[in-house]
Amino acid sequence: MRLQYPSSIRIICLPCTGKVDLIHILRSFEKGADGVYVVGCMEGSCQFTSGNLRARKRVEQARLILNTIGIGGDRVQMFNLASSEAPRFVEVAEEMTRKILALGPNPIKTVRKKMAA
Amino acid sequence: MIVAKQKPLEEIIEGLKNVGKILVAGCNECVTVCESGGKKEVAVLASALRMAFMNQGKEIKIDEITLERQCDHEYLEELRKHIDQYDVVLSLACGVGVQFLAEKYMRTPVLPGVDTCFMGVTEQRGVWTERCQGCGQCILARTGGICPVSRCAKRIFNGPCGGSTRGKCEIDKDLDCGWQLIINRLKELGRLDDYEVLIPVKDWSKERAGGPRKIVREDVR
Repeated sequence: MRLQYPSSIRIICLPCTGKVDLIHILRSFEKGADGVYVVGCMEGSCQFTSGNLRARKRVEQARLILNTIGIGGDRVQMFNLASSEAPRFVEVAEEMTRKILALGPNPIKTVRKKMAA
Repeated sequence: MIVAKQKPLEEIIEGLKNVGKILVAGCNECVTVCESGGKKEVAVLASALRMAFMNQGKEIKIDEITLERQCDHEYLEELRKHIDQYDVVLSLACGVGVQFLAEKYMRTPVLPGVDTCFMGVTEQRGVWTERCQGCGQCILARTGGICPVSRCAKRIFNGPCGGSTRGKCEIDKDLDCGWQLIINRLKELGRLDDYEVLIPVKDWSKERAGGPRKIVREDVR
């Protein structure tokens, strides 16, 4: 299909979203990511039964922590789509990019730049 | 195991507002199993704290360590070389570990990162329930292996009380009546006659009521 999606997105491939841990999401923000989204298989069709359900819980945990510390829980989100849904993948990428652009840069990154200056 | 749950992040952040160097110290034992203070929780909390302080414009050094145990001298000794470089240690061990760490290193404040709750079991992933209150005089042999001290809200020794309804306790409709569990178990064991035998008054001086407790074994000293 050779569909295009925003170039600001960096994909990290995993065998299953069940591999995503809370610390992976937090470290991304600590290192300056403006947003993180996890794309798992459709609920009910996980090869490993519950990987995508676990990932959703971890995304929710990350959201709570980011809200508490003032980074903004909306910067992290979970999406479920099938591997055959390339157009939907692009939609999700564009939706998330729009959302993050509206939220602005990760405040950590801004503070760090100010401190370095 | 000793079951603990992590304190709210806001409370932890509030307790650390005037410090510059923090060591977050986990424990590889009970708090790892109950997912409140092991290596993973240390990493998550340290990361959250770094971001929280950075977001407030404060550059605070936060290091992480997870000791094998915080309730033994030999493992706490691992901190001796480094502890002086920190303004505070945030310990994710149970209350025992926090206290032992504080006793050992007098000059560095030690703050608890978890609330220590009870001695219990993992009933299923994410669900922990109380089983023992360390009363110092175990009577499980008489009660079919179910403890009236920890499982009965009133800690009565010849129950159930009048608050037991359809096997549930009056304080919570989802909580099993400890004495109903004892009766069911004795029935299964074919020992229901034992239920008729009155259990004498317990010597509560062996429990916490007798003050802080101590065990000395000359044979292993």
